[in-house]
Amino acid sequence: MSGDQEPPAGRMIDDAAGPMVRPYVMTGGRLVASSQLDLITQVVTTDEAGTNRSVLGPEQSAIIHAASEPISVAELATHLDLPPATVRVLLGDLLEEGLVLTQEPQPEADVHDLQLYKAVLNGLREL
Amino acid sequence: MASENSKRRPKGRMMPVAAKVVIAGGFGAGKTTLVSAVSESRPLHTEETLTNQGVGIDDLSGVDKKSTTTVAMDFGRITISSHYVLYLFGTPGQKRFHFMWDELAYGALGAVVLADTRRLDDAFPSIDYFERLNIPFIVAVNCFDGAHEYDLTEVKLALQLGDDVPVLLCDARERESCKQVLITVVEHAMETHTGGRHTSAPAGQH
Repeated sequence: MSGDQEPPAGRMIDDAAGPMVRPYVMTGGRLVASSQLDLITQVVTTDEAGTNRSVLGPEQSAIIHAASEPISVAELATHLDLPPATVRVLLGDLLEEGLVLTQEPQPEADVHDLQLYKAVLNGLREL
Repeated sequence: MASENSKRRPKGRMMPVAAKVVIAGGFGAGKTTLVSAVSESRPLHTEETLTNQGVGIDDLSGVDKKSTTTVAMDFGRITISSHYVLYLFGTPGQKRFHFMWDELAYGALGAVVLADTRRLDDAFPSIDYFERLNIPFIVAVNCFDGAHEYDLTEVKLALQLGDDVPVLLCDARERESCKQVLITVVEHAMETHTGGRHTSAPAGQH
């Protein structure tokens, strides 16, 4: 990515050194998220996110924007071009502020949920 | 978790239930090809940063000063309906990233082991892994460029698969073929997890 093209979320990227803001800076040095989020946990912004944005950093604003429709943690990481671990930390803050909602995949229950299989099979057959 | 926040839940924004299927197999078996053939957009890509957790597992010889490394993940999304989304995760091929599999496999409905008949041995680590974790899996033999038709019984014998493990031929470049692979793994997972034969349509339906 060269200098004439705006990188995602306004990130400064040096040709030689790569991203100039390292992920741990975005998380204030934190490595462990306050909540365990699966890669396929769905995230969506709440209505409050539209009004209460003053305290957000650029990456958190980018998450709020990207999650206006439900989106997974893995997809957010792709959109923001950040490691999923970094996205999890940022999401933990947004969850505490009530700016996003999450829905865990509830794996233990889902693998025995016949309805889920039937829906997925029908969907796949119609692709 | 959602219950506490449910009063703030915006109207009309229902969150879909997410499910995932893991696509495993040796390096170059066609995992990324399969994911891209059947997903709704080009495969999505993300990189997880490993810190010194990976030291000792990762071969860092020659880069002694390097304390972090990254592992690339390719995945795809299939929107089933407004209620359900299916994600496909390709496992990192390199052996040193096998510990990443635990996260990818956690909660997966099932797994596809892509096998390349030229390097059938490469499928063993994946098969061992899913057998050990009791995750329902199927073996899809990727037929590269019309490589010889293999007798599936032979493949089954060579891979020492149990009778209950479905094996099928596929072409990872063909959407229809990949669809059939996914249908087979979800049917197999449904039978395994729900303990009965609920399949309404015969497996042979194309």
